[in-house]
Amino acid sequence: MTLLKVENLVVEFPHRRGTLRALDDISFQIAPGEILGVVGESGAGKSLTGAAIIGLLEPPGRIVSGQVVLEGQRIDNLSHEQMRHIRGRKIGAIFQDPLTSLNPLYTVGRQLVETIQAHLPVNAAEARRRAIGLLEDTGIPAARERIDHFPHQFSGGMRQRVVIALALAAEPKLVIADEPTTALDVSIQAQIIALLKRVCRERGAAVMLITHDMGVIAETCDRVAVMYAGRIAEIGPVHQIINQPAHPYSMGLMAAIPDIAVDRERLHQIDGAMPRLNAIPTGCAYNPRCPRAFDRCRVERPELLDAGATRAACWLHDAAAGVTA
Amino acid sequence: MSEALVQARDLARSFDVSPPLLNRMLERRPRQWLHAVDGVSFDIQRGQTLALVGESGCGKSTVAKLLVGLYEPSRGSLNFDGQDAHAAYRTAQGRSLRRRIQMIFQDPYASLNPRWRVEDIVGEPLKEHGIVTAEPDLGLRVGELLRSVGLSPDDMEKYPHQFSGGQRQRISIARALATQPDFLVCDEPTSALDVSVQAQVLNIMKDLQRKQGLTYLFISHNLAVVRHVADQVGVMYLGRLVELAGKQQLFAQPRHPYTRMLLDAIPKMHDTGRARTPVQGEVPNPLNPPAGCAFHPRCPHANARCKAERPALLEIGGTRVACHAVEEGRIS
Repeated sequence: MTLLKVENLVVEFPHRRGTLRALDDISFQIAPGEILGVVGESGAGKSLTGAAIIGLLEPPGRIVSGQVVLEGQRIDNLSHEQMRHIRGRKIGAIFQDPLTSLNPLYTVGRQLVETIQAHLPVNAAEARRRAIGLLEDTGIPAARERIDHFPHQFSGGMRQRVVIALALAAEPKLVIADEPTTALDVSIQAQIIALLKRVCRERGAAVMLITHDMGVIAETCDRVAVMYAGRIAEIGPVHQIINQPAHPYSMGLMAAIPDIAVDRERLHQIDGAMPRLNAIPTGCAYNPRCPRAFDRCRVERPELLDAGATRAACWLHDAAAGVTA
Repeated sequence: MSEALVQARDLARSFDVSPPLLNRMLERRPRQWLHAVDGVSFDIQRGQTLALVGESGCGKSTVAKLLVGLYEPSRGSLNFDGQDAHAAYRTAQGRSLRRRIQMIFQDPYASLNPRWRVEDIVGEPLKEHGIVTAEPDLGLRVGELLRSVGLSPDDMEKYPHQFSGGQRQRISIARALATQPDFLVCDEPTSALDVSVQAQVLNIMKDLQRKQGLTYLFISHNLAVVRHVADQVGVMYLGRLVELAGKQQLFAQPRHPYTRMLLDAIPKMHDTGRARTPVQGEVPNPLNPPAGCAFHPRCPHANARCKAERPALLEIGGTRVACHAVEEGRIS
C-alpha cells in the first residue's frame, strides 16, 4: 500500500529564452508511516519536489506532466480551493525558518485553534484543548500559559516546536519537512529531530524529510532519495545508500562529508559544480564530473535501474549491457 | 616550543545595549551590558589551526573580529608575533599588521562586491598595501593568486555572479592571500556551502597551510569539520572558553559536560536509526546569564557550588577545562 505516489513529475519554469526544466521525471512512493529522506546539493530540486507535491509552486513554475497521487486521489490537478483543504488536513508542512512560518501578530494559540477549526469539526473550546495538548506533546513547558504568547516570545527551538504542532494540528497523513533543523543550533537540532520522529510515529504520519545534512538523514529515515540536477540519482534503504551507495554521485557525496568519528588527511572532493538548469549536459547529468563515465553516459540518459538493494540512475548498473559495478 | 604567533590574554568585549537615555531616566531602567566575549585566553602556534566551536551567540565571531581589529577589546590584550596588536592598530604600524592578518567571511554572496570584476576584488589589497603598483604586474599577480586556489587566470575578467558558491569562497581566499598574510581568521568559511563544495574549499585551505605555513583561527559550529581542520580546539559557551584541548584529546576524551553534549548531539553517519536522548534546554539569554557556571541549568552534574561560583579554566590532565565537577573529580 502506498500513501503518496509521485509519477514522472516534470516541473518547468518558462523563461524569456526558452524553458528551464527544474524537475525532470521524478518518481517515488511513500508508504504510510514511512520516513523518506531527500538529499542533494542546493539547486538539485529537493525543495521544489516538496513544493510541487503540496501545490505551492511559485509561478511561473508549473507541473508540465506526471502526477501526484495521495491515498488514491490525484492531487496535482486540483483547484486552488480544493488544494487548501488537502494542505493542513492531509499534508502538513514544516519549513526551515520557524519565524517566517508563524504570523507575528497572532498568539500561537490563535494560529493553532484557527488551523484545527479550519480542518476538523470541533468547537472553539475543544480546539483550544487540543492546541494545548499539541503544545504539551511537542515539549513546550507550561503549555497552558505559553499558548497565549506571541511567536517573538519563543526561542528558535521553541518556535520550531510550535511549527511542528501547527503542522500536526489537523492530523495529516503526510508531513513534508523542508530543512526543519537547518536554522537551529546542533543541540537544539537533535531535540527537534527526535521530536519530529516521535510525534509522527505516534500519529502514524509519514514524513518526507528534505535536508542537505546526511547525519540527520542517517539517523531519522527509512529510505532516502539522492537528487542531482532535478532528477533522482539513487533511491533506496538508508543504510545501503550510506554504506554502499551504487551511484557514483552518491559515492562522492558520502565520501565528501567529514566524519566526526574518522581522521582523514584530505576529504574526497567532487570536482566541478552541479550544472545550471540551462546547461544540463546530454546523457547523464553527472557525466562531466563522474570518474567512471564512459561513452554511453555522454549520449544516453539512464533511467533508475536496479543496483542491488537500491535503484540508481547509472549505466554501470545496466544488467542488459553486461557492465557491472 | 617557540613563542606562539597569536597570544590572547583575558580578551573581552562588551556591548552597550542599554535602553535610550530618556527611557532610562523616565522608567528608571539601568544601563545594560552584553558581555559577548568575557575573558578568553589562548595561544596559536605558528603554522597551526585553532578552531573555536560553539552555538550561536557564544561569542565566536566576536573573537574573530577582535583578532582582526574590527573591534577594540574592552579588556585584555592580544599579542601578535611579539607586539601588542591593538596598540599597533591605532598607530601607523597598524597597516603592516593588517597586511599580515586577513579574514575570510562566512557568506561568499555578501562578501564580494557584485559590481567589481574578480581582478578588482583580488587586486584591491595589492594596490591598497602598495604591494603591486604597475598595472601589468597586477594582472599577473592576480592570475597567480587565482591559480593557487584552483581557479583559472582567465576568470579575473568575470563578475562574482558568474561563479558558484564554492568558487566565490575561493575568490575570497585568493583575496585574503593577496597580501601574503601569516594569519588567517576564517569565520564559518564553509557553512554556506554544500558538502561536496565544502570538501573542495577545506582541501584547498589545508594545502595552502602546508605550502605557505599559514596559521588559522577557524570558527565553526560543525564539529566534524573542526575535527578535519584543527590542531587545537576551543569550545565556547556564553562568551567564555569552557574547554581548550588538542584535537585528538578533545574528540577521544571530552571533559567538559558541554563538550560531551555537543559531541553527542551530532547525528552519526554510520549509525543509522540510532535513538539518542538529546540534551534538554537551550542556551540562556546572554543579557542575563546564569550565576556561577553559565552551563549549570543544563548540566546533569551541577551542584550548589556550580550555581554560585564561576569555574576558572584550569589545566587538568593535559587539557584546560572550566568545570568544578571535573576539577573535583566528580566526573572523569
